[in-house]
Amino acid sequence: MDLENQRRVKEFAQQYGPENVVVLLGAAEGEASGLAAETVTNGDPTYAGPLTGVQLGLTVYHVCEPEVKQEFDPDIYDRQVSMMEMVLDVEDITKEMSAIRDEYCKYIH
Amino acid sequence: MKSVIKGTGYILAHGPDMMLHNGTTQTIERIVNPDGEYLKQLPDHIRSFEDVLAYYPNQVYIGNVAPEELAEVPQPWYDKACPVNERYGRFGQIMPQEEFLLLMDACDVFDLVRMDTEFVSEYKDKLADDPIVDSSIAERMSAGTDPKEVARLVEEDGAEGLYHNGRLVGCVLRAHDIDPSLSAHVMLENIAYKASCVLALLTAVSNGGIDKDEIEYVIDCSEEACGDMNQRGGGNFAKSAAEIAGLNNATGSDCRGFCAAPAHAIVEAAALVASGAYRTVAVTAGGATAKLGMNGKDHVRKGLPVLEDMLGGFAVIITADDGINPEINLSILGRHTVGTGSAPQAVISALVTEPLERNGLKITDIDKYSPEMQNPDITKPAGAGDVALANYKMIGALAVKQGDIEKKALAEFIAEHGLVGWAPTQGHIPSGVPYIGFACDDILSGRIKRAMIIGKGSLFLGRMTNLFDGVSFVIQANTGKDKDAKANESEIRKMIAESMSKLAETLLADEE
Repeated sequence: MDLENQRRVKEFAQQYGPENVVVLLGAAEGEASGLAAETVTNGDPTYAGPLTGVQLGLTVYHVCEPEVKQEFDPDIYDRQVSMMEMVLDVEDITKEMSAIRDEYCKYIH
Repeated sequence: MKSVIKGTGYILAHGPDMMLHNGTTQTIERIVNPDGEYLKQLPDHIRSFEDVLAYYPNQVYIGNVAPEELAEVPQPWYDKACPVNERYGRFGQIMPQEEFLLLMDACDVFDLVRMDTEFVSEYKDKLADDPIVDSSIAERMSAGTDPKEVARLVEEDGAEGLYHNGRLVGCVLRAHDIDPSLSAHVMLENIAYKASCVLALLTAVSNGGIDKDEIEYVIDCSEEACGDMNQRGGGNFAKSAAEIAGLNNATGSDCRGFCAAPAHAIVEAAALVASGAYRTVAVTAGGATAKLGMNGKDHVRKGLPVLEDMLGGFAVIITADDGINPEINLSILGRHTVGTGSAPQAVISALVTEPLERNGLKITDIDKYSPEMQNPDITKPAGAGDVALANYKMIGALAVKQGDIEKKALAEFIAEHGLVGWAPTQGHIPSGVPYIGFACDDILSGRIKRAMIIGKGSLFLGRMTNLFDGVSFVIQANTGKDKDAKANESEIRKMIAESMSKLAETLLADEE
């Protein structure tokens, strides 16, 4: 995850409390989604950014995951996300995201 | 008036030592982790000039191998020798580093490049033998500087070293003692940029069979900035490159927009020609030393050669209609506006479907799309995936959503209307424009009728806006010289005839 985004995620978690922050990803692949999810939960795995060694444990989803999709107005989802939903390997992304959430998220009960 | 594409030029310059010394991934690593494994292992992952000549994507870039042939070669490509390994190609050339360093010297007008005398005498004839480098440029090469003085300038005066095969063979001086915008590092980056730009311009002029004096305007569309601390980015790389290229009748300016700039610049050039403001406009860009070895860490970690060792450059010459060459249709312009938003679906709709719909066309009416043409050999090992393919999937998905194709025909759509990427990851260089040379050939031969070039830019990198950017245009077969003008002429005649007849009727009525 881009260093600037790491800084902003860290600041939001401090400002609003980590239990009140949900991170929504739009990455194009399972691996990239998993890396970003790991960064905001267990810390930056590349040891490069402000989240290195910071275990925020934030709640994190990819925008194509079913839990998130059902929260959207279907018309808006169709206009904004459905094309990418057709293009992406949603199954792979969901698998990667679930694994990270199961291991590192602190605020999903 | 219409505007047509009369010439294209595509050049690469091999820069393995520049990658080691000037690529930002390496310069940062030298600061933060100087004793790390990456810098230790890196020299074992350098490609020779022979290797880069026999690299499929490079031969496609200079026009010796067609994109369709590349698509047939199983990926990865770095471990396969291309049977064509020529330095010169239909669209341009692959210049070796030693000649490129001397070309930098020839492009320097402030005596900032100091080359070692031995190096100059060893290679100057080689550069002068290049058919594109005419005598006016070859004569600009300096006689050289004593090697001891070159070493002293680097060690004591803060000059940036120029290396070849690991040996210090020259340097670039700082252009000011304090001003960071004129530091030796920036000057090296800008002079290398300018040299690759000059080479691209000369190549396009030669390929198009254009008299240099015909070119009236040059638009530079890179991602570099030149100026001093009071006007960092003051610009006009365009005019500085035109000066060395000998385009004496040209003025010019720089167009910036990250990777979208080439597409913006071509639309601007086509509009300048169509309006009659200038008859012949060249759009050009050279390469960025900063981006050399950008993904080097991933390439080294995965045991690959560092594939980002090429500076890229291109130029496109746009002229008034000649009735033959492919034209730029200014009615089918796609644009990502401030209000478009940054969701991929919104971006692709704005760039592809909106302009087509406005002109009564379907997605399948465009024979070939050329979006971000990054070489997947470089991007896949770096975790960025196949960028061109990702774009085609998105365009195809929109075609499905619009009902232009069936979902099961998506793969077929991508194969038929897409291309595999072959351009070096030099930011603006892969952005739609690498296909223009082939597109013109394919349109002239009748293989295709229309191609859409799509440029996209990540404006947020400059931290001035979070907006994305993009622009697209269509190149199509020439519809016939002055057809528009003739149409207008006959329309005017009709209008005059109608007016005369009305006048006559009025006069007759008056008489009655």
